[in-house]
Amino acid sequence: MSEAPSVVLVTGVSRFLGGHLAARLAADPSIERVLGVDTTPPSREMRRRMGRAEFVRVDIRNPLIGKVISTAKVDTVVHASLSGNPAQSGGRSMMMEMNVIGTMQLLAACQRSDTVRRLVVKSTSAVYGASRRDPATFTETTEPKAIPPGGYAKDAVEIEGYVRSFSRRRPDIPVTTLRFVNLIGPRIDTSFVRYFSLPVVPVVLGYDARVQLLHEEDAVAVLERAAAEDLPGVFNVGAAGVLMLSQAIRRAGRISLPVPQPAVPLIGRFTRRARLVDFSPEQLRLLNFGRVVDTTKLQNEFGFTPRWTTVQAFDDFVAGRNLRPVIDPATFGRAQDVALAVARALPSGT
Amino acid sequence: MPEARVIPLRSDGGRPRPRTRPAPRRASRPGVGSLQERTDAARGIEPRGEVVDAVEGGGEIAALPTAEGPTDLEARVAEVGEFLQRRLTGRYTVDDFGFDRDLTENVVMPLLRPLYEHWFRVETIGTENVPLSGGALLVANHSGTLPLDALMTTVAAHDDLPVPRYLRMLAADLVFGLPGVGAAARKAGHTLACNADAEALLSAGELVGVWPEGFKGIGKDFADRYKLQRFGRGGFVSAALRSGVPIIPCSIVGAEETYPKIADIGPLARLLGVPYFPVTPTWPLLGPLGLVPLPSKWYIEFGEPIHTDAYEPGAADDPMLVFNLTDQVRETIQQTLYRLLAGRRNAFLG
Repeated sequence: MSEAPSVVLVTGVSRFLGGHLAARLAADPSIERVLGVDTTPPSREMRRRMGRAEFVRVDIRNPLIGKVISTAKVDTVVHASLSGNPAQSGGRSMMMEMNVIGTMQLLAACQRSDTVRRLVVKSTSAVYGASRRDPATFTETTEPKAIPPGGYAKDAVEIEGYVRSFSRRRPDIPVTTLRFVNLIGPRIDTSFVRYFSLPVVPVVLGYDARVQLLHEEDAVAVLERAAAEDLPGVFNVGAAGVLMLSQAIRRAGRISLPVPQPAVPLIGRFTRRARLVDFSPEQLRLLNFGRVVDTTKLQNEFGFTPRWTTVQAFDDFVAGRNLRPVIDPATFGRAQDVALAVARALPSGT
Repeated sequence: MPEARVIPLRSDGGRPRPRTRPAPRRASRPGVGSLQERTDAARGIEPRGEVVDAVEGGGEIAALPTAEGPTDLEARVAEVGEFLQRRLTGRYTVDDFGFDRDLTENVVMPLLRPLYEHWFRVETIGTENVPLSGGALLVANHSGTLPLDALMTTVAAHDDLPVPRYLRMLAADLVFGLPGVGAAARKAGHTLACNADAEALLSAGELVGVWPEGFKGIGKDFADRYKLQRFGRGGFVSAALRSGVPIIPCSIVGAEETYPKIADIGPLARLLGVPYFPVTPTWPLLGPLGLVPLPSKWYIEFGEPIHTDAYEPGAADDPMLVFNLTDQVRETIQQTLYRLLAGRRNAFLG
């Protein structure tokens, strides 16, 4: 029997997902209090949006978080602060600290608490890795063929390990782990969004990845549903359908720059130095093989069907960001007219 | 079974009957613009008989004395222009496996077709044994050093069946690691040989092709030609049993002679990370010229389907049944190969 939440704690409210989730929960009158936690205060725009949600500036790596949970009698914890964007989290090692150590502290506080009765953890489909030996789609039970070597994906694998041991120790608290695919949309800022915003997009020569995306608003809606009901388990969260990387680049009107495999780390370093895109090595592997997850369990057991398909989400991102095509699509139409005119002008009967 | 009586007619020494051509190929192609339709309509009122040939001939005798209607050349230009526009703006769809129907239909098949029709002069036998719709598992013998037999079977399934079907092949992981090849294989609809992908495709009602001999079959010496190797571990049988789809034994004659492998340079193969480095009479002696396959005459025979839906649900977990069915499929293919070989007088003339 799942009870409606009355006091909800959301981590990572300064970023898109946490902030918008807190705003959505604050708009629900049946929820008594919404506490937003982060190390940096949310932007003015976000704070306005969050309405009656309270912001607590606390580092989740600090045991103080336990005090926040116990004094506010928090009953639902949504851990949405897992980040794959080092630029936003103050560097790569800081990101790892926040992701892994922060989760450990938060779980420790939840384990101690006698008020918490629901936990939602945002994870990532990066835990499946990406290799040539992987099946076309990953289900929640697929064993990864190549354990992610480091970075964000390894953080997520470790976090999921801690979450599993937490649920062993506190079997009375239902835990929902959500493995999100790459998010996209007109407002969210991720490495992937920045990547597609480059005018010339580097791709790996000879490889074309399958890309599955999720619209930012579907991501918020999934978290909201997980916070409101007891839906224990691990769920893949992704939109229906697939775009090829080359296709996505063309849809956005960008130009792809094929880079031979050995030069890929070099380009990766360059875009990081130039503060364009910060892709960790395992995200670069995604550009080789791509990753598609099976969302049957999300639809049947979790009871959620994303409103946007991958293609629609991507088009919404392109339209919302006002990405101007580098080559105007009308050029192609004109080129065809010219070719037709030439064909017509050719002497017939040859 | 009335169909079953048809095959033995040819088995007593008779040569396989020549391939009956299906209805005009072009009619089945999607993506043909309205211009094409109008051209056809214009052609329909044209009383001359050669007009049908003009379609097949690719536009040489295209210009018809119609005054206003667009000529065949114009229609072709429009068709190509629309295709290029679609590709350059990314307005096409791929499925979860990365299968790009638009590309397969308009690029892959036209590239393979000359090889199929003019170089190997493939004759198909028993096309009535392949179901027109629904899942089916096609199991074939593998040979010829390079997987030309697999590619030709995809053309056979597309062109020679009453209803064109896309053969979705299960390939080794090596394929998906190779730059260029892996991406192309995904776009043509092929995926990794693993149970998860096989069952996903079969239950989605696709025609799936598998070459269970794997590298042992394709890389065997010319001296061992037409001797079937071990049929894997029977994984394909359990996939078919789980999905309840028929198994269609498929025997390919002619592929063994394309690249007769007379030796294997082991150290070079290990260096390149491939299972074998073949030596044929022309490769590597003549350099790139050695890559031209010998123009052997091919026969592809689809055998009578072996139905699996009569077994009870747990049958896939009965190893003895799986072994027996694997042997049955293997024996059927081996016997068909011997019969086809007995009817063949010359490897190159048929």
